[in-house]
Amino acid sequence: MTFAGGQLAAATTAGDLLLWVAIPYAALAICLVGHVWRYRRDQFGWTSRTTQLLEHRWLRWGGPLFHLGAFAVIGGHAVGLLVPASWTEAVGITEHMYHVTAVWLGTVAGIAMVAGLGMLSARRLLSHRIRTTTDRSDKVLFPVLAATVLLGIAATAAHNVFGGGYDYRTTISPWFRGLFTLQPLPEAMTGAPLLFQLHALSALLLFAVWPFTRLVHVWSAPVAYLSRPYLVYRHRPSAPPPARRRGVPAGSPRERQGARR
Amino acid sequence: MRVMAQVAMVMNLDKCIGCHTCSVTCKQTWSNRPGVEYAWFNNVETKPGVGYPRGYEDQDHWKGGWMLDRRGRLVLRSGGRVKRLLSLFSNPDLPSIDDYYEPVTYEYDTLVDAPVGTHVPVARPRSVLTGEPTAITWGPNWEDGLGGAEETAAADPNLRGSLAEKVKFEFEQTFMFHLPRLCEHCLNPACVSACPSGAMYKREEDGIVLVDQDRCRGWRMCVTACPYKKVYVNHATGKAEKCTFCFPRIEAGQPTVCSETCVGRLRYLGLVLYDADRVGEAAAVENEHDLLDAQRNVFLDPSDPEVIAAARRDGIAEDWLEAARRSPVYALISRFKVALPLHPEYRTLPMVWYVPPLSPVLDAVGEAGGNADDPDHVFAAVTRLRIPLEYLANLFSAGDTDVVAGVLMKLTALRSHMRAVNLGETGEEAALAAVGLDAVEAEDLHRLLAIAKYEDRYVIPAAHKEDAAALSAMENRCPVESSGDEPAASGKVMLGLPRIRRRDAAPETGGLAGGLS
Repeated sequence: MTFAGGQLAAATTAGDLLLWVAIPYAALAICLVGHVWRYRRDQFGWTSRTTQLLEHRWLRWGGPLFHLGAFAVIGGHAVGLLVPASWTEAVGITEHMYHVTAVWLGTVAGIAMVAGLGMLSARRLLSHRIRTTTDRSDKVLFPVLAATVLLGIAATAAHNVFGGGYDYRTTISPWFRGLFTLQPLPEAMTGAPLLFQLHALSALLLFAVWPFTRLVHVWSAPVAYLSRPYLVYRHRPSAPPPARRRGVPAGSPRERQGARR
Repeated sequence: MRVMAQVAMVMNLDKCIGCHTCSVTCKQTWSNRPGVEYAWFNNVETKPGVGYPRGYEDQDHWKGGWMLDRRGRLVLRSGGRVKRLLSLFSNPDLPSIDDYYEPVTYEYDTLVDAPVGTHVPVARPRSVLTGEPTAITWGPNWEDGLGGAEETAAADPNLRGSLAEKVKFEFEQTFMFHLPRLCEHCLNPACVSACPSGAMYKREEDGIVLVDQDRCRGWRMCVTACPYKKVYVNHATGKAEKCTFCFPRIEAGQPTVCSETCVGRLRYLGLVLYDADRVGEAAAVENEHDLLDAQRNVFLDPSDPEVIAAARRDGIAEDWLEAARRSPVYALISRFKVALPLHPEYRTLPMVWYVPPLSPVLDAVGEAGGNADDPDHVFAAVTRLRIPLEYLANLFSAGDTDVVAGVLMKLTALRSHMRAVNLGETGEEAALAAVGLDAVEAEDLHRLLAIAKYEDRYVIPAAHKEDAAALSAMENRCPVESSGDEPAASGKVMLGLPRIRRRDAAPETGGLAGGLS
């Protein structure tokens, strides 16, 4: 509990504790438990819920723009939040270099993501076929996701593109890391600009609803496909293993993948 | 040698009258649910025509199946693994619902609810997708019996080049036949190979290709990869669905629903033993014309003692070996060689084969003024068919007309011989010999094709009882059961699961949403 806490802020009120300790832990707990519950109970519902069949003209641009933008944005957040400033300085990256790179890459990725999300939302609202397939979880997910993205890009624009510059790596990042090291630093967030605070809160809300929406498909990103044999054979469930089944111990995995690539 | 068994199908196209009973009973059994209103696991197309979905055979456009790359390696036409993962966000080669058709239902309620008026009330069509009134402009079988062929059928991908000029779509100058299609349950399935999540698989025991509904994540690459476009996206659940070859019936030793209900009795079901180790090389032979023989060479003779020994070693039961020896499918494909695969050039090694249609041969002879019973006349006439040989060859032999002509001559000789025998004459042994049959074989083939008793058409060994008990315990739910009923039935609400959303759009339709148009 000695880590930088005392220097950052004077007093933490009950409200600060609620906003920057209780709510974050509650959101992350819901996210974690929710995922376990959903994965165990609802494999059938665990899908990207593609609607490309019904509408392709908007999706053709919106889908890749949003997803590729999101990858870059998530990568940027991982670096910005999880890598302490002292580490990047240790490898010779000055604060200015970091700032310029982050703003430029972040702006490009952010614009791609906003444009993509705009198109995806537009097709969901304007295409009648898509609108009827929209269910309750989508009606929560799209506004929360849009709010998070827009607040994030607004905070960056207001403070780091047009404003004087706000070094979130000395406040927000230590607070975020503190959540995971079980050394919460609510006082680090109290001084952050309102837009950053709102962005953080909406992101926490997004984490909380994540397991109950189609966002779960993120965890099923099929990277294993790159190294899998092309042809997949399976035993019929529970068929007793016939005489010559290579590499499958008796009574265990019912799945075997063919050797041919 | 790694022996595996496959339950395969042959259809005798001469007998198909295009009644669509197979399609309708299949739909009522398997795809009579929200999300797959547009999907026909079995459909019957009129050829020539663009088919369902429109122009699905045009692989330059849809990128289905396999091809050889410049170094002669077998690759998916839709691209490699990295490209496939990059197209997850938007698949450039996925048919849209309009390439199939917009499913509709009708306002049946107006027929009984309409107020008294001067006009008879009509049931207007409404889109099942949006619930709005819609105009029906296409359907799963729009071209039935060449309806509208004058305008659309020229786009048939099998009518390319000089054939396009030869084929006329004017009454009395054209030809047609019906082509029932279902999943081919290929030996080298492109859909399975393209599935990023590994949800699709081929069963080792009977070769049936299925989608694991719990592992499908809706990446929809299977739809693109299947050159026959026989994997469908359920737009309500976001998961892939396909023909299951009615595996619960097959496991019980019963024919598939489409076969059982086939009015023309043109379907045959039986086992084929094949060498799983040789599938890859057979699919990769260089010349497309060699693919047919390459695939036949993958099949194993169930009477060969070496094959029997290997099959026993690989765990194939005795009753299955016996069934393989009596298999009508093996007989038509390998013994008599009268069945041909649909589009072997897709290199998926399909396992639903077809006996090409013969009937127009005799008509053509009649028109030419010859004697239909004279084998020389008949053989010559094979090249002057009403259905151009080139067209059949484009469907069934990668364009090799000699193969199709050989099969048609065999069928012609058989017909001519059996007619003579039935008239009390000595038969046409010379004609038979010319096509490589003897009198006994001709009798066998005649019994199989013309008499076609139920027990001769369907030789399906049941799955073994010792598996069956455990099997029903494992698969105690229908693999494609509608999620819409689950929350109500179990009292639990599965978040993220689609509910029956289009309550307004799809009033009690009693099934066939979309209908056959």
